[in-house]
Amino acid sequence: MRSPRLSSINRSEKSLFPYLFSLLFLSAFLDSWWRAGVRPSAFFEKEGREHLWKFLSGMFPPDLSWNFLSLMFHPALETIQISVMGTFIAVVMGFPLGILGTRTFSVGGVLNEADVKGSLSRLVLRWTSYCMARGILSLFRSIPEFVWAFMFVRAVGLGAFSGVLAIGVAYGGMLGKVYSEIFEGVNYRPLEALQSTGANKLQIFFYGWLPQVLPNFVSYTLYRWECAVRASAILGLVGAGGLGTQIEISMRMFNFSEVLTILIILFFMVAGVDYLSAKVRAIL
Amino acid sequence: MNGINPEVERPHIPWPSHEPGGRPSLWTYSLLASLLFLFAWSYQGSEIRLSELFSREGGGQIVSYIKKLFPPDFSPPVLREAFHGAIETFAISFIGTLLALAIALSVVFFASRNLIYSGLLYEMEPRQGWKRTLRLIPYLCAKSLLNLLRTIPEMVWALIFVFLVGLGPFPGVLALGVHTGGVLGKLFGEVLEDVDPQPIESLQSTGANRLQILFYAILPQVLPQFISYTLYRWEVNIRVAAVLGFVGAGGLGQRIYIAINLFFGNQLLTLILFIYVLVTLVDYLSAYLRRKVI
Repeated sequence: MRSPRLSSINRSEKSLFPYLFSLLFLSAFLDSWWRAGVRPSAFFEKEGREHLWKFLSGMFPPDLSWNFLSLMFHPALETIQISVMGTFIAVVMGFPLGILGTRTFSVGGVLNEADVKGSLSRLVLRWTSYCMARGILSLFRSIPEFVWAFMFVRAVGLGAFSGVLAIGVAYGGMLGKVYSEIFEGVNYRPLEALQSTGANKLQIFFYGWLPQVLPNFVSYTLYRWECAVRASAILGLVGAGGLGTQIEISMRMFNFSEVLTILIILFFMVAGVDYLSAKVRAIL
Repeated sequence: MNGINPEVERPHIPWPSHEPGGRPSLWTYSLLASLLFLFAWSYQGSEIRLSELFSREGGGQIVSYIKKLFPPDFSPPVLREAFHGAIETFAISFIGTLLALAIALSVVFFASRNLIYSGLLYEMEPRQGWKRTLRLIPYLCAKSLLNLLRTIPEMVWALIFVFLVGLGPFPGVLALGVHTGGVLGKLFGEVLEDVDPQPIESLQSTGANRLQILFYAILPQVLPQFISYTLYRWEVNIRVAAVLGFVGAGGLGQRIYIAINLFFGNQLLTLILFIYVLVTLVDYLSAYLRRKVI
């Protein structure tokens, strides 16, 4: 068994790092505490207590009337639909960008040894496409899906479509990055063997790369789909369809029993999707 | 919510297995068919209008929207405001993650099976049914509390806390802390449940009590993973903290909300650039700390 304790003690004897780190940490903590306006007493003041009571007593019992449930049926399905289409768009965008963003695929590596050598223009072209793909991916995933959704709502209008686009773009960036990491981790011997038989690049891709990476691809994509369900459930807060819109409405109207119902629906939906995705992963 | 997930293991990729003449089973076909059905159903239901997106009108709308974003507005007041927003976002994510850590650490030891009611530590206990039940109760309570915290998304927690304690960054801190507390609790619990039992056994054989075992056998084993998970959640939280302002919980999100609503495209681009820089910085910082501390 490794003993992490021991190694950290050995290291700390020689360096200033722990002291500097504690000092920085403490000052960041104090400054953040002040900036974030932390005020635990807010719960115990008269107003806070009243709100808490109003919230808790308003929540129970949850509104399980048929009327309301049937009203929630469509948004719940829409949430699933948004997540499926969003993940699909994310895969469609992330896959090619991920390939371009893989250094061993687009710039150097076994496959391109013969190609890159001697031709400066090709090398430059390859590097540009690599850097552009990396840049686009990092831009896509650094902007939160909420901001994307809000911008798409402004650009293409309210509704599920902007949610789909938001999830597609934000998750495309994440999937692309992970895809390229998976690509870089492949075993090169099958590729070289294929190359030595005279297979062209497309053939190497389909018979050398793809069989190796496919299981990881599918499992990570499914994991992202689970995340997409959660995300699409709340993207509606900015008007991008699904259950989020209903949560926002009920919250604004102080109908806490409806909020509780929606949360229960959300719970079962997320649990169901997790279960389904685990099942599919097990089969693969 | 987002961020790259370290939990998904990347196992050693085996050589592709080929079964010559093997045909896809009925399972594969039905799986593919249901996937296709799911796809078609979602396509029809989610109001996708790709043709519109690529038509002159729809595409033009998006292009003109993007055009309005440029150039980013770097005038001093906007920069100052964005800077304040960024610092506030950082503060929210920082305190929120620490709160989450506190919540997770205070609950998780009750929520891991091998520490609270079964396994090595309790082998010597007489098999009294009621004692076991008594220990089962805190376990179940802790588990369901973590589940509850985790299931409700951060944004919904933020909505609730905005109602409870009013607008500002504080409800954002609470929302992050509560939701992430549930997530970290689950992750920590998984780490605790597969600690190496050998050090525990050897300590037990020297007559150490349970608290001593916890401090000298269990914590040293799990601490690096705890730290690494906390740093990972911090990376996620900085992204969430940047949008919590959409529901009134402070930070950059609040400024973005205003900029989008009032069609201040140039300011919006500045704010988005700030998010980009902040998120990238935190990613680097967290990677650095992970290397340094572990």
